[in-house]
Amino acid sequence: MGERLGVQKTYKLFIGGGFERSESGRTFAVMGRDGRLAANAAKASRKDLRDAVRAARAAQPGWADRTAYNRGQILYRVAEVLDGRRSQFTDELRRSGTNGRAASREVDHTIDLWLWYAGWCDKFHHIAGTVNPVAGPYFNFTIPEPTGVVGIVGPGKRGLSAMVARLAPALVAGNAAVVLAAESASLAAVSLGEVLATSDIPSGVVNILTGDRYELFPSMVGHRDVDAVDVTGAPEDLDPAVFAEAASNVKRIVRGDGTDQSPYSIFDFCEMKTVWHPVGR
Amino acid sequence: MTTESPDRTEPHGIESHGIEPHDVGRSDAAPHPAVAATTPTDFGIDYAPALESTSILSIDEEYGLFIDGAFVEPLDGGSFSTVSPATAEPIATISEGSAADVDRAVAAARRAYTKVWGPMAGRDRAKYLYRIARQLQERAREFAVLETLDGGKPIKESRDVDVPLAAAHFFYYAGWADKLEYAFPGRSAAPRGVVGQIIPWNFPLLMAAWKLAPALATGNTVVLKPAETTPLTALLLARLLQDVDLPEGVVNIVTGAGATGAALVEHGDVDKLAFTGSTGVGKQIQTSAEARRVPLTLELGGKAAHIVFDDAAADQAVEGVINGIYFNQGHVCCAGSRLLVQESIAGDFVERLKRRLATVRVGDPLDKNTDLGAINSAEQLARIENLVDAGVAEGAELYQPSCPLPERGYWFRPTIFTNVQQSHRIARDEIFGPVLSVLTFRTPEEAVAKANNTPYGLSAGVWTEKGSKILWMADRLDAGVVWANTYNQFDPASPFGGYKESGFGREGGLHGLTPYVTLTSRRGS
Repeated sequence: MGERLGVQKTYKLFIGGGFERSESGRTFAVMGRDGRLAANAAKASRKDLRDAVRAARAAQPGWADRTAYNRGQILYRVAEVLDGRRSQFTDELRRSGTNGRAASREVDHTIDLWLWYAGWCDKFHHIAGTVNPVAGPYFNFTIPEPTGVVGIVGPGKRGLSAMVARLAPALVAGNAAVVLAAESASLAAVSLGEVLATSDIPSGVVNILTGDRYELFPSMVGHRDVDAVDVTGAPEDLDPAVFAEAASNVKRIVRGDGTDQSPYSIFDFCEMKTVWHPVGR
Repeated sequence: MTTESPDRTEPHGIESHGIEPHDVGRSDAAPHPAVAATTPTDFGIDYAPALESTSILSIDEEYGLFIDGAFVEPLDGGSFSTVSPATAEPIATISEGSAADVDRAVAAARRAYTKVWGPMAGRDRAKYLYRIARQLQERAREFAVLETLDGGKPIKESRDVDVPLAAAHFFYYAGWADKLEYAFPGRSAAPRGVVGQIIPWNFPLLMAAWKLAPALATGNTVVLKPAETTPLTALLLARLLQDVDLPEGVVNIVTGAGATGAALVEHGDVDKLAFTGSTGVGKQIQTSAEARRVPLTLELGGKAAHIVFDDAAADQAVEGVINGIYFNQGHVCCAGSRLLVQESIAGDFVERLKRRLATVRVGDPLDKNTDLGAINSAEQLARIENLVDAGVAEGAELYQPSCPLPERGYWFRPTIFTNVQQSHRIARDEIFGPVLSVLTFRTPEEAVAKANNTPYGLSAGVWTEKGSKILWMADRLDAGVVWANTYNQFDPASPFGGYKESGFGREGGLHGLTPYVTLTSRRGS
């Protein structure tokens, strides 16, 4: 018997819990280190982005309403499922240009990131929130709440783990996300969608688009139903006009601080709510 | 307030500052022509005038810019007048800072940051802030009278709210200056450097304190731009800073209007910007700051929902709603300007509000009995009048008590609109005046949907005697501050700031430190 002929996968977008081709019909070639075609990936359009934002908006309140314990278990489940598919992810990173040992290190780190952030779900309130000793007969406390729908531009370097280092803290806080995956991590990003889809993350809470992320970035920043944009992976030399679009709904512009394991990254995707109530009989 | 209130014609001693006494003769000019009802209740009670003396003040004819520890002439000699809104009379001539003046101020702040304030031990920064707090307490009456004269707010508010809270903010953040290593677990906090701060005219001294105290506690130096209609208490604060020997250049105060603020926003050597004001200007500042990666906090407008359920303690809720919208003439970003009252009690509740409105005293801000003072400026009065006219034109029903108003100065009667639709401008736009729009709801879900149906998200109020409903509502309201069975409470230990287009960043409390520090990982964490 000869060697078994493999089944090639069509890499699609992950929107609203489903896997779809770009409505535009566009694809782009993901090339391996050997210069040969690794796969074609979907090149998302602005309409795909719109659909992803719509799915995220619809899913976000339900995700935020899950208990912190439940969100933690689900993110832990992501780590479990990903751990079981280590070889697939390592292979996909290798096929799209990452060298062998770096690829396996990155996959391991990505799994550990999910695990680390999962544990924060029912703990970050302890350090983000406060009980405030106001000078009067009032009970007063401040708690973190999710900002809402977050757009994330995946960083180009170590595209899989760097994307998760921004996505996971947004999910911990109860946000829904639309991710523009880095071109270098396109295949693994789509496969991450498969992991999320089978890890009890509700449909629409994470949406992953592949393609030219700098082409889509202005549309994401200008979208009035996106509440925050993480620009950690955005180009340095952005057109200033982009920020006028961001300011049109006072969008939160979030930049990572260079560390990929930080509770302060969770706070970046939070709003602080302060509640007062009188104390009396 | 009866329509027969005696004239309060006594001058109150500001002649010594070269200003004509207030003309406090009262007119009986008719309320808005669309008024639907007259005052429903006449209690037959009135108060003798109780004017706060202004003899405590010593106001200069002209003020320079406060740069590098001294008052200096503006480089291009520009100036403008600050006007007492209760009389429309000018009080003093204020320097208009140009871009070159802003540049001088930033350079002074940079020197002070590099040489003095940045390297200073937190313990010593704390002592300076404690000094400022104490001096503010000692000179509280002087600041209160000046605030009321310059801005038109009732003396009882400047005396009991603005000035004590301003002192409390300095006192609170003084104590953080030498404890920052405990504020951010796993991180070391360093100052950002030179901070540019732009503040509004509704709480001039208090906003200066909100901005300055955390910035200074964390080791930053500041260039502060007060609002052009209310610069005087910031300039008096500058004198106080001289008196406490705050090192030169740590705080610089550049007065002026929008162009001065724009020069500060666009200055290349400012490490952090903080702005409190309108959402429109905030968006411009965000565009400029983000493009240059300058860290920014914004505290912008609001259109707060004030929600009253049928099981609320009605009399307390009436007081809360009245305070929520008429405090400081409604010149409050977190004013409870949209009353959402449960349909089953709406008729009775609005009648209670109208009865209560009859006892709201409108008039001379320096009178200790005054509840509603002068509108801050002619420009703001025109904006309020424009929006109220729009409310009438769009079909809402207007109610104003027939209280007399002073003949001179800028005044607006406390106003209630009923039959308001969510689409009306008076339900969507921030009026920033004493105008309440009343809408109704049937279920808690509908209350939440209506409350959140706004681009703003600064504050909200909830009145119900059911605890679980309070927490259910508080969880769902898109607002940075939720007052339950109370309203308009402020404290230096309590974070304040908005969701959505009401801005980002918090002022007050532990969270108020964050905007003013850069965090770095601690070794081994």
